[in-house]
Amino acid sequence: MSALEELTTAYLSAKADPKFQADLAALLRDYAGRPTLLTEVPRFAAEAGGGRVFLKREDLAHTGSHKINNVLGQALLTRRMGKTRVIAETGAGQHGVATATACALLGLDAVVYMGEEDTRRQALNVARMRMLGAEVIAVTTGSRTLKDAINEAFRDWVTTVETTHYCIGSVMGPHPFPVMVRDFQRVIGVEAREQVLASAGRLPDAVIACVGGGSNAIGAFHAFIPDDSVRLIGCEAGGDGLATGRHAATLAGGSAGVIHGMRTYLLQDGDGQTLETHSISAGLDYPGVGPEHSWLHDTGRASYRAVTDTEAMDAFAVLCRTEGIIPAIESAHALAGALQVGPELGADAVLLVNLSGRGDKDVDIAARYFGHVTGPAR
Amino acid sequence: MSAIAGAFQNAAAQHRAALVGYLPAGFPSVPGAIEAATAMAEAGADIVEIGLPYSDPLMDGPVIQEATRRALAGGTRVADVLHTVQAVASAGVPTLIMTYWNPVDHYGVAAFARDLANAGGSGLITPDLTPEEAGPWLGAAADRGLDPVFLVAPSSSGERIKLITSVCGGFVYAASLMGTTGARDAVGGQAAGLVQRVRGCTSLPVAVGLGVRDRAQAAQVAGFADGVIVGSAFVSRLLDAEDPSAGIAAVRELASQLAAGVRDPAVASRSRT
Repeated sequence: MSALEELTTAYLSAKADPKFQADLAALLRDYAGRPTLLTEVPRFAAEAGGGRVFLKREDLAHTGSHKINNVLGQALLTRRMGKTRVIAETGAGQHGVATATACALLGLDAVVYMGEEDTRRQALNVARMRMLGAEVIAVTTGSRTLKDAINEAFRDWVTTVETTHYCIGSVMGPHPFPVMVRDFQRVIGVEAREQVLASAGRLPDAVIACVGGGSNAIGAFHAFIPDDSVRLIGCEAGGDGLATGRHAATLAGGSAGVIHGMRTYLLQDGDGQTLETHSISAGLDYPGVGPEHSWLHDTGRASYRAVTDTEAMDAFAVLCRTEGIIPAIESAHALAGALQVGPELGADAVLLVNLSGRGDKDVDIAARYFGHVTGPAR
Repeated sequence: MSAIAGAFQNAAAQHRAALVGYLPAGFPSVPGAIEAATAMAEAGADIVEIGLPYSDPLMDGPVIQEATRRALAGGTRVADVLHTVQAVASAGVPTLIMTYWNPVDHYGVAAFARDLANAGGSGLITPDLTPEEAGPWLGAAADRGLDPVFLVAPSSSGERIKLITSVCGGFVYAASLMGTTGARDAVGGQAAGLVQRVRGCTSLPVAVGLGVRDRAQAAQVAGFADGVIVGSAFVSRLLDAEDPSAGIAAVRELASQLAAGVRDPAVASRSRT
């Protein structure tokens, strides 16, 4: 608790400090490449009900996803708190890569916990983190995926808190993490709202994003929450389908409980034990969800739907072939959502889809999925 | 007076610290854990903590993680944990459950308190429940005469210790160091100071856990605390045993060593007033 109190105090002080905000803004502009583009994708839109579709291009941010927005903020905060070491968990590896990157930039030691299963699925990102000077620790406890990496990171943190900041990668965990990470990610929606108003001349009918822990989605949604006409749609990992039990669709298929220091929806059995999750996308393979999404779900301000592995990979292929953009498999869940929602809203609709990351890291998985290469997996 | 308070008072009357032993339910099996916990009490543990195996044991080190993983893989359910409490408590030793919060939350706080009390349990130790979020549990505990035990850590501020001890019942669990559960070569140097700070806020007994593994360490902690909590060292005896009966014998042997430690006359004479 004392670490969380210290962090809350430090964050609130940084948030109110114009120097901190100016330093962060400069890094986002000159290092991360913000503002990211808004790209209209008419050939994709033709497959999505014939309205207009705009992609918020977080895939073009440095390190290839929205994760850098949060990490630069937390790395600056780490330095401000006088700490020298940063630990992080990672699922797909995007948050780990972003953390390794920010630590290299600011001269901080980085240790990244990653489920052993995920180190296999995302071997390329493991190599990237090591190149950037981070230590990657393969977690062999529990289900060997993201939630177990989080458990290990917390175990590290309680032991090393005097020198170490735990840079959580999503809008989850105990306070102040969900609020702090949301604040660092809300730049996505702030930029996109302005860009879509400039391009389409009006607000979108729907903002669509994928949801694992939910940081890119909260980032995209937040600026639109007061805009009642804008539907906020989160796409969770439906895996093999909700009915099979092999999925990670926490809001669509879970119930309220407590995990990782937050009260939120989670996937649990009759005894309150966390269930194992499944998704083709390592980044969405998490049994909980950020508590602000649970609130948006309960109040009805946002709606959440489960997108299966097959639907996501179909959407992945559509974007590749219609627009020449290879999305992350996580982001392909949001694209699949657009392919479903577009026809529901009709040809006059304007959709904003958050393309949270690029697909380079997923080329091996996707190539095998589509049969472009054969032979043993890496 | 609660059974827990009675056990501490009894130890104090003998000018010694109380020995608190932890074992998880369901490891190596449900009956095996009952037998081991009972043996621990027979050999000198004044209070028994039964761990409720949980899928995400954030504050546990590798030893307890492994035992609780195996307990869950073996099919241990919350009902088995309550059954274990009933069996151990009926042997005459005050018995608490140590649990992460979600299984209790999911069971229903009032129902859990009712069933724990009906099983003869004395209370709950809740490492990941904060006093701010504990309202329903504190109400249920009061209704059922259960002791709510919370943890303090070396990093806890004076204000935090005041808040935690104001809601605690039975005893205060003082973590000897910043870290996860597990036996260590030396007990954290911050433990004695933490106990002093807690005593400034409450008249409840203060027991120290994390890192205690042998007689000498038990004697050392007994020199400044009202209770000595040992967990991973007991669990290791079961994990390392060639067969269940050897494991139970090893648990019994360790309990008698630790019981001798908390009775170390040198410790008793120099610290207790």
